[in-house]
Amino acid sequence: MSILVDKNTKVIVQGITGTTGLFHTKQAMEYGTNIVSGVTPKKGGTKVEGITVFNTVEEAVKETGGNTSVIYVPPSFAADAIMEATDAGVELVICITEGIPINDMIKVKAFMKDKKTRLIGPNCPGVITPGECKIGIMPGYIHKKGHVGVVSRSGTLTYEAVHQLSTRGIGQSTAVGIGGDPINGTSFIDVLEEFNEDAETYAVMMIGEIGGTAEEEAAEWIKKNMIKPVVAFIGGKTAPPSKRMGHAGAVISNGKGKASSKIKTLEKNGIKVAPTPNVMGETLITALKEKKILERCMVD
Amino acid sequence: MNIHEYQAKEIMKKYNISVPKNKVVFTVEDAVQAASDLGSSIIAVKAQIHAGGRGKAGGVKITRSLEETKIAVEKILDTTLITQQTGPQGKIVNKLLIEEGLKIKKEYYLSCIVDSTISSIVIIGSGEGGMDIEEVAEKAPYKVFKEIVDPAVGLQQYQARRLAFNIGMTEACLDDTVELILNVYRLFVEKDCSIVEINPLIITEEQKVVALDAKISFDANSLYRHQDILEYRDLSEEDPREIQASKYDLSYISLAGNIGCMVNGAGLAMATMDMIDYFGGKPANFLDVGGGATSKKVKEAFKILIADKKVAGIFVNIFGGIMKCDVIAIGILEAIKLLDLNIPLVVRLEGTNVELGKKIFESSSLDVIVANSMEEGARKIVALVNGKGGVTK
Repeated sequence: MSILVDKNTKVIVQGITGTTGLFHTKQAMEYGTNIVSGVTPKKGGTKVEGITVFNTVEEAVKETGGNTSVIYVPPSFAADAIMEATDAGVELVICITEGIPINDMIKVKAFMKDKKTRLIGPNCPGVITPGECKIGIMPGYIHKKGHVGVVSRSGTLTYEAVHQLSTRGIGQSTAVGIGGDPINGTSFIDVLEEFNEDAETYAVMMIGEIGGTAEEEAAEWIKKNMIKPVVAFIGGKTAPPSKRMGHAGAVISNGKGKASSKIKTLEKNGIKVAPTPNVMGETLITALKEKKILERCMVD
Repeated sequence: MNIHEYQAKEIMKKYNISVPKNKVVFTVEDAVQAASDLGSSIIAVKAQIHAGGRGKAGGVKITRSLEETKIAVEKILDTTLITQQTGPQGKIVNKLLIEEGLKIKKEYYLSCIVDSTISSIVIIGSGEGGMDIEEVAEKAPYKVFKEIVDPAVGLQQYQARRLAFNIGMTEACLDDTVELILNVYRLFVEKDCSIVEINPLIITEEQKVVALDAKISFDANSLYRHQDILEYRDLSEEDPREIQASKYDLSYISLAGNIGCMVNGAGLAMATMDMIDYFGGKPANFLDVGGGATSKKVKEAFKILIADKKVAGIFVNIFGGIMKCDVIAIGILEAIKLLDLNIPLVVRLEGTNVELGKKIFESSSLDVIVANSMEEGARKIVALVNGKGGVTK
């Protein structure tokens, strides 16, 4: 078991003929992900890497039965691509694209309300269930199949965390990048809920950063609902106010969204926070030992 | 992207939002001439910089004669203004807005922003004008009113009306206020703003509704579809290294410390700064070279780092992932050879072909200190820059 994606996930790649889309499609296929089709308007009927390309997502779903879509299209077309996938009825849309106008995302969120499709991202590395399915731009080989769920607003910092876990013999159930934009499809809480119910996930590592209040909300939710240990790391303690730190959502505005207040709220709610990024793995190990589940989380 | 008050007012005028008569000037002579042309008994002199808090810092003066105007202009123009938002280095004032003074009957607050927690545009209003709205919201939340916009239909007339009533707008000015609120919303959406703020919004003795101050910022992700707005960009207000970085698609932010950082990915870049700070060093910058850092990008990144004369050492922290470490290593060596780097350089690489990457450094005659972990790298660069530990290759 795992969350969101597994060996039965059938993936449609939107923007498969672009440089980025094609590169990561090849990587995913090598990893064993079941890519069933691609979509690029006006390239319908062609093939890349043996994968059939369709003009519309609707057609791709109908002809190949894809239930998940991944989006690699440029920012000016990405909102439209998300809505197209939603309209075609896929269960999960993972949008990697960075730089989507915020007004477009407001429309996307309104459009997706009351629809069954879940959006991960945008501006995210994707989702991976080690050994089964890799969707996105993360390096597959650093992951190990196991029992720790990882959820993060960042890309490379997530790889760092996963790497620390894998090299210490701790595998992952699923690693989810929810993205660095201020408006995203899936929140920390949504992912934590899934991990809480997943029988194969025994503990969770949550990686947040400055900006917004998603970590604070998650902290309170964890205290009330989470039956599994959660440890956290928050990036950006040294970030200056009013400056966007790379991610569109990573900004301290009017004194709000500081790392220190996030850490305080997390700790107040009983969540261990790694003081520096190099001890994310060790912090989790300490929590696992306390709960006496370290042995169960070790693989190989 | 931020713009100046005078530019914000120019845009507002196009959206039928009343603003005081004014002129932007660059010299004392032009300022006095502008004040004389306005023919108002009261003249406001306002520093035009990309930062709030100008009033408290002495960047806004109300004058009652041309002599007073001249004195005020001489006092503000070409000086460095330090406000709560400029940071300790302040900002040089090289333009002023000369504006007619109006007879204010009452002040209000009005703004339009995106509330990302509810994924919606909201209009915020208050009868407490001219104040810091965050402060009002904290001390007297019942004085702050919000209208949440349904993205499917946009801001409705009744919402603008309700907000106008809620903030205590007089009946005589109600219709004009409703129209102004709808215009602010239209401007916000059509120009992809991240904030439109009028503080204060005033009504005059003559019952006119006027935006006395104006602030507009734009969503950087939307600028590609607003060539007209890009023309308002004032590069003199931005850090030259940040401008240079943006040309190469590098995300750079200058900080006060002396350890230059080059990292791939925004989250890891922030975490690297935090690490340096934790081990007693001070990061000189945030620099994300992006997921697909090419050797050209690495070279440009080095150039930007060493252009900062404060930088006494550089820490490169790359989690290669899909990028190959040997390719990155070669890129780094080329860059330091080309730039004749003469400050300590610590490199931590992780990811595909990491051993190959390390070997490339080891067999090079150039002085690169290789670290096996983030922690080791951060410790080493801090020791080298702070002059302790004396780690050498």
